[in-house]
Order: sequence, then C-alpha cells, then structure tokens
Amino acid sequence: MNENLKFIQGNEFCVEAALYAGLDFYAGYPITPSTEILEHMAKRLPEIGGKFLQMEDEIASLCAIIGASLTGHKVMTATSGPGFSLMQEALGYAIMAEIPCVIVDVQRGGSSTGIPTHVGQGDVMQARWGTHGDHAIIVMTASNHQDVFAITVDAFNLAETYRTPVILLFDEVVGHMRERIFIPAKGEIPLVERLRTSVKKGVDFHPYLPREDGRLPISDFGEAHRYNVTGMVHDMWGFPSDNPKIAYGLVRHLVDKIENNTDKIARYKEYYLEDARTILISYGSAARSALHVVENRRSRGESLGLLELQTLWPFPYSLVQEKCADAKYVVVVEMNAGQVLQSVKICVDRPERVFLANRIDGVFITPTDIRNILRLIEGKGV
Amino acid sequence: MAIKDYIRERFFPHIWCPGCGHGMVLNGLLRAIEKIGLDKNEIVMVSGIGCSARISGYVDFHTLHSIHGRALSFATGIKMSRPELKLIVPMGDGDALAIGGNHFIHAARRNMDMTAIIINNRIYGMTGGQHSPLSGYGTMSATSPYSNIDNDFDVVELSVAAGASFVGRTTTYHTKQMTDILGQAIIHKGFSVVEIMSQCPTYFGRKNRLGSAIDMLEGFRKNTTPIGSKAKQKDPDLIERGIFVRKKMPEYCDEYDKIIKRAMKGN
Ligand SMILES: Cc1ncc(C[n+]2csc(CCOP(=O)(O)OP(=O)(O)O)c2C)c(N)n1
Ligand code: SF4
Repeated sequence: MNENLKFIQGNEFCVEAALYAGLDFYAGYPITPSTEILEHMAKRLPEIGGKFLQMEDEIASLCAIIGASLTGHKVMTATSGPGFSLMQEALGYAIMAEIPCVIVDVQRGGSSTGIPTHVGQGDVMQARWGTHGDHAIIVMTASNHQDVFAITVDAFNLAETYRTPVILLFDEVVGHMRERIFIPAKGEIPLVERLRTSVKKGVDFHPYLPREDGRLPISDFGEAHRYNVTGMVHDMWGFPSDNPKIAYGLVRHLVDKIENNTDKIARYKEYYLEDARTILISYGSAARSALHVVENRRSRGESLGLLELQTLWPFPYSLVQEKCADAKYVVVVEMNAGQVLQSVKICVDRPERVFLANRIDGVFITPTDIRNILRLIEGKGV
Repeated sequence: MAIKDYIRERFFPHIWCPGCGHGMVLNGLLRAIEKIGLDKNEIVMVSGIGCSARISGYVDFHTLHSIHGRALSFATGIKMSRPELKLIVPMGDGDALAIGGNHFIHAARRNMDMTAIIINNRIYGMTGGQHSPLSGYGTMSATSPYSNIDNDFDVVELSVAAGASFVGRTTTYHTKQMTDILGQAIIHKGFSVVEIMSQCPTYFGRKNRLGSAIDMLEGFRKNTTPIGSKAKQKDPDLIERGIFVRKKMPEYCDEYDKIIKRAMKGN
C-alpha cells in the first residue's frame, strides 16, 4: 500500500494538513466533536519540534496562539460551538491587530451545549458576525476528507496572505467520519509565507501602514523592530487613536482587504451546472447528500446541478448570482434554520424561487430529506 | 542606557491622572531593567486593558496591548513560541484577578518564565471607580455606594497557593524596594508575581476620603512593614512587604524541550 494512502478521521486529517501547511504551534481545550484535533496535535507537534499547549479554556487558547503568531509562527486552535462563543472577543482582536491564525470550529448540533455528539451547521452566522463591530472575515468549509486537507492548507495560505484569522467551519460528520485519504507530496500544494518587512534595523518601521495593494508587511516580535500592537483603533505606529479619519481608514482597510478580494478567496465546486434547471447549493457534510441526490437524478435524465460552496465568507454573491441565473429553482441544503439561505436570497435575481432543504435536529440530512423538498417544489407531494 | 532610552517619547504625554501610581511603577520597572542591563530587543511587554495596561504603550520594547484579563494568555503563547524573550506583564487588580483570575492561577501553576506585576489600586480606574476583588469589605466605590460587602483576597497568599515560584510585594512609596524586587523577579527563572500596592487618588482615594496622592503614599508607609518585622508582631494588621517565596522549580519551556526530545526519539 502506498504509504501516503491512509484511512483516518477528518479531524486527524485536518491536523496533517495543518502540519503540511507549516503549522508549528497549537493551543486548545478539549470539546466534542473537535477533541481529536487537540489530541493528535499533542502527539504530532513535539515530533517535529513544534509546540503544543493545553490551556485553561478556549479564550486562553486563542490568545496564546495569537501571541505565538506574533513571534512568526503558523498557528491554529480548534473547538466547537461553546468554545467558539468564548473565542469571539479574541477573534476580534486578531482581526483588528491583523494577526494571522486559523480557528477550526467542528460544529455540533444545536445552540448552547446542544447535542455535542451530533451534527449541525448552525455557526455560519456566528462565524460571520460573532465578534462585535464592523469587520470582514474568511470562513471556509469542506465536505470530504481530501477537501478538508486542501481547504486547511488554503486556510493557512489565506491567513498569511491577508493577515487575518481564517475560520474552518467543519462539522461533526466530516470530523468523525473515516475516509481513505491521500497525503499530497511536499511541494505539491504551494504554501504562502508571511510577508516580512524589508525595512532595515534603525530605520522607522510603520507596523500598521498598509502597502498600496492592502498588504501589511510584518516584523516578528523579537526581531529588529519594536512596535506596539493593540486592539484599539490605532495609527500607523500601532498606537491608540480616536481620530475619526484614522478610525475610518482602519475599518475600510480591514473590510476592503478581504471583501475586495472575494473572487480570489472564493473556493467552490460545481457539478452539472451547465444546463441545470434546479440547482442545489450546499456546503460541508450536507453537500454529500446533495451530491447524492443530484447524481441519482442525473442518471434518470433530470437536469439537477450542485454548487458546493467552500468559502462561506466573504460570501461569493456574484458567483452565486451568475451560476443561478438560468435556474428555475434554487434549493439551499444545510443543517440549520437557513443561514446560507439568507445570503443566496440576497443575490439571486428571483429570491422567491429559492427554497430550503434542512434539518435542525442534530440528525444528518439525508438524500430522502432533500428529495422530499424537491417533490414539494415540483408540486408532487411527499 | 539612560531611563529615557527605554521610553517612546513620541507617545507622551501619558493618559494618567496627576498623582496616579502607574507612572511610579513604570519608573521603578525601567530602573530595574536598566540595572539588570537587559537589551530592549529581548523584552516583550504584554498588558491587558485598564489604566495600568497603558504602561505597555510607553516603553520601547516589543509591546502587546491585548484584551481585558487575558494578558497572561497572550504572554504564554509568546514565551512558549520564543523562549529566549523576556516577558513582563503589568496588570491592574481587576485585569489580573477578576476577569483574568483563572488565567492568573493557571499561569502560576504552569511556572512558565515570566513576570506578572499586579498593580493593586483596589479599584477599577479606567471605567470610573467600581469596586474590584481587591477593594475589600467596607470600602466605598461607584458600585458599592452603601459600602462594599465583597471580601477581598490576599494576592500573595493566592499566588503562593497557585504555585508561583517567586512572590513579592511592595508599594509605590517604597521605590527602592520596588526596583529591587522587580529586578529579582525578572531575573528569576519561572513564574514570578510582584504585587505593588498603588494609589488611584481619583477614585479609590476620593471615594474613601484618603486625601491626596501624597497622603495615600504616606498610608502605604504606615500600613506596611518588612516581612517578619517586630512591628508586625505588635500590630498584626500591618501588611508585609518583601519577597515571600523564591524557589527553584522546573520551568515549563524547559520541560517542554524534554518532551520534544522524547517525541523525536519516538517514545
Ligand atoms: C471584556 C471587557 N469587560 C469590561 C471592560 C471594561 N474595563 C476596562 S478596564 C476595566 C477595569 C480596570 O481596572 P483594573 O484592571 O483594576 O485597572 P486600572 O484601570 O485600575 O489600572 C474594565 C472593567 C473591557 N475592556 N473588556
Ligand atoms: S483613574 Fe486612577 S488608576 Fe486611572 S489614571 Fe487616574 S488615578 Fe490612575
């Protein structure tokens, strides 16, 4: 057997992907259904000379990786809903201070403690707006293990490119399921390294003065340049400021550096869209059932297609509008009360033709669940 | 190096009220650093949020002004990822022991090499004078207008119980002792805690009719005594100053290096 071929859980594969991407610092706190990530990191990191910390809670975990990122390391933490809620303030800090990091949220069912061992996709809006204030964020997801690998590596690359936290919104099914996987050879997926300043020692370095292309070269803590990092609105020195012009410029920079690059950040997969009359839009593990329905109906000659979103935020509005332009019906398939549905309705030409096929009970959405909705839309009754 | 070389003059004047103890702590700390002869480039100062936390903006080190209560968590990530750096973490009493209390005891337990400075002014200065966990029974504040019924705790006892390997206490009146203890805390290998009793004349002083900053400093002189002094035997209410604990204990980053060696060998 090829030694790169393995049969493992999505959570474990996410760890391998992070290591492939260059991660060498991790801090976390156990929580179902993400715990396997923490446990594998504890074992794998010291093997490669990396550092692992189990902190006293999720707040401390995110703060610790932000600190480690500042010294020049690629960092990650992983959690599930309750822990993700605790992380929101520090997440905003990383956005404001422009510190790259990757946060995995392996979603469970329900709100609050919910159903820890069951599946859900209810954190889509929290990932977008969970931390306070105007900001932009990158949120990615995947429906199978091989994609978990690619998207995880991508997440690190995007975090480094845009100097921002990137959220990997996986779910219990993808996290726990075992699939055959293939580990790409070193160098097969390109890696992005942080843009470091070329300003020489002794010359003034402006840590928060973006280049014209919006990118912000960094100087690692401990290196030649000493500067201030703060979560307050700050000037180009990183010093707190309440000047309205500076505040305006900073918010615009933080939002624009991501939203102006929505096309570059958008990852998606499409199946049979060219002539599709009915388009399913789905993501994460729900997209597995959606694909099953599409392939089944295609084999019977029906014109169904699937748009699988892998970037949820910034939401690829123009992509969705374009792909759905000729569709008679659009059905969003997700395991929540309609969190991506809202974004789809905003951008398609005929929002009244957008429907929801969902589950909110912690049970994995099946092809039958989707078929039932399709029959209702087609006026056939269930 | 002169003290002023440790300062970012560009960011002055500072935001503190006249007579505030935070500037005195900054002064004592810089003297300690100068005495030890640390290079500016090897120091990282991490602070949270509060009047006290603003210290980090004024010093020419690598500085991280983080979020309320979590300074030690950020510092833990920095130290662990780059152990050759010296971590100094000034915190207000609310920052360190209310919202940050959990991080504080766990940082002490872990014994990672860093210096936590708790500037205890017994009040939330930045938000306008609400009681803190250190205000103490019977004190007055904006949120205890009829007198405070919250008990305080002893920072030194808490730190010792949590496992800090260096614990000291001094006051803003005792500037020489402050510099001395801070210096020893920074040199100490492990998690060191220095409590500095300090004055917030604007809120704690005014609400509790303690007079001017100078009167409050005078209070520190009168109400404290060196550890184990005769005065303490006569008057048990006196608060002791000095170094309470200094012990050699395995340091966290060193211990983790051993884990790396084991993991790399495959056992
Ligand atoms: C999560 C959060 N809660 C509350 C606040 C508001 N806040 C800012 S500083 C502070 C307390 C400051 O008191 P202390 O830490 O004792 O420092 P001092 O200002 O007295 O130096 C509070 C409650 C905040 N910034 N963040
Ligand atoms: S409010 Fe109190 S703690 Fe804050 S600067 Fe003024 S005197 Fe100092």
